[in-house]
Amino acid sequence: MSETASNDDKTRRDFLLLSTIAVGAVGSGLAVWPFVDSMNPAADTLALSTTEVDLEPIEEGQSITVVWQGKPVFVRHRTAEEIKAAEAVALEDLIDPQADKDRVKKSEWLIMVGICTHLGCIPLGQKASDPKGEFGGWFCPCHGSHYDTSGRIRKGPAPKNLPVPAYQYLTDTTVKIG
Amino acid sequence: MSNKFYENPVIKWIEYRLPIFSFIDESVGSGYPTPKNLNYWWNFGSLAGIVLTIMIVTGIVLAMSYTPHVDYAFESVERIMRDVNYGWLMRYIHMNGGSMFFLLVYIHMFRGLYYGSYKEPRELLWIIGVFIILAMMATAFMGYVLPWGQQSFWAATVITNLFSAVPLIGDSIVTWLWGGFSVDNPTLNRFFSFHYLLPFVIFALVFVHLWALHVHKSNNPIGVDIKGPQDTIPFHPYYTMKDLYGLGVFMIFFMFFVFFAPNFFAEPDNYIKANPLVTPTHIVPEWYFLPAYAVLRAVPDIWFISAKLGGVIAMFGFTLVLLLLPWLDRSPVRSARFRPIYRQFFWVFFIDCIILGWVGANTPDAVFHGIPFLWIGRAATVYYFAHFLILIPLISILEKPKMPPQSISAAVTGTASKGAE
Repeated sequence: MSETASNDDKTRRDFLLLSTIAVGAVGSGLAVWPFVDSMNPAADTLALSTTEVDLEPIEEGQSITVVWQGKPVFVRHRTAEEIKAAEAVALEDLIDPQADKDRVKKSEWLIMVGICTHLGCIPLGQKASDPKGEFGGWFCPCHGSHYDTSGRIRKGPAPKNLPVPAYQYLTDTTVKIG
Repeated sequence: MSNKFYENPVIKWIEYRLPIFSFIDESVGSGYPTPKNLNYWWNFGSLAGIVLTIMIVTGIVLAMSYTPHVDYAFESVERIMRDVNYGWLMRYIHMNGGSMFFLLVYIHMFRGLYYGSYKEPRELLWIIGVFIILAMMATAFMGYVLPWGQQSFWAATVITNLFSAVPLIGDSIVTWLWGGFSVDNPTLNRFFSFHYLLPFVIFALVFVHLWALHVHKSNNPIGVDIKGPQDTIPFHPYYTMKDLYGLGVFMIFFMFFVFFAPNFFAEPDNYIKANPLVTPTHIVPEWYFLPAYAVLRAVPDIWFISAKLGGVIAMFGFTLVLLLLPWLDRSPVRSARFRPIYRQFFWVFFIDCIILGWVGANTPDAVFHGIPFLWIGRAATVYYFAHFLILIPLISILEKPKMPPQSISAAVTGTASKGAE
């Protein structure tokens, strides 16, 4: 009888111990979260999340770089040849397969984040005098990634195409990025 | 320490309440018995400790004039250089001190590898050391960002982007590290905070490192355990003097760079203020990260692991593999002096590390006498890991080591042959 009592006692103590540890662990986890989350983007950082671009002054064959969320965004007024070259590529030839029409809203305007998907350098190709790589688009000097006229990765260590940000046409010549 | 010292009433009063004098004496004084055959390779631990102190002192002074804000950081460093009294000296000591710290610690680590200092019962001592070098790497990286030059900014961008290789949550981790959507003011602020914190973490780790050291005492060039008082001499005055002499020689070397070639280890690009819209044509890390950088870039797409993720795993593995070393090396003999095969492979490994550093300093598409650097880097990376994971276990099983002397004393007094007979 006394043995049963001590066994009961043991399981009861075990239960109390384990539940105390569990509650303590959950509580500590909850207490840690504010410290972790305080390092995430602050409200004022998040507030700077859209940028408007006037497309009017950009001639065909020209590119501009605008800043959106502290990142460079490439806006390129593509030439007919560039569009043709981008659309002619077979999807099987791509490292990160994506059709050109899925990367643009109007085929003459290519808008994408100008950050190499390898390790975050800014690819060259915005200025007329820049090297544009083997596919006539952009070339990242850091580790040698080549992007085509649709900003898709074609050669080099980068795993993904240059990302297309969310954007919308406010008027025919104004775009809001973000 | 002499009994006379402890008879001083003030010392006596303090010692009774806080035995700090005997603690110091037993740690680095006449009360700490040290193997009597230590050579100059045993100077580098204490030298590294002294440089850590120099870094903390100069860093505290620099922080008084530095502003961790993207609009002022670069200018505040220039102000330190031009206007703050002796600011140039503080900065040049701190800048070159970083390189010196890594140089000393790398020599200290190769010393440990050569003489088998990581072996039983010093496994934890070695592992704490690996944590120290990891903390040093994090500290050095974040410190490099603070002047907010072009290399600072792009080093921060490239290294934080490594974490985007983590599957699924990679991008969230990077945003969290940045505190925004790119390397910007929140990033600079937190790097300053961590750069100030981590040296004190290193200091604490060094304390634990020394604690573990003092349990089984220093290893020594023949790797034979201390068998009694005849094998030791007191740390003070013998090794305090030897360490001081080494410090003098080292300071000549260190101060040569501070006064005559202060930017020898630096990249000129870092005197251009950070520009988030222009990447420098050649991003190259500080020399002490070159071997790891070569490993990062050497890995190709393997199976389902992308080159980016594979490179990151390999780069972390580059340092973390050292944690396994005490169990990979099964040879009971510590010192490479008595391990003819291991000794040769130690030097091959040393050269392999130099080659990795040389590859890291070159662009991957560059070519050396017709051989692309990428391939040299890949071969050297494979060899690096093979050294630890294949060669060391195999050698330790197959090698027939020579017989070490019976004791430190026997080796020093030349009675080793007698003992062996």
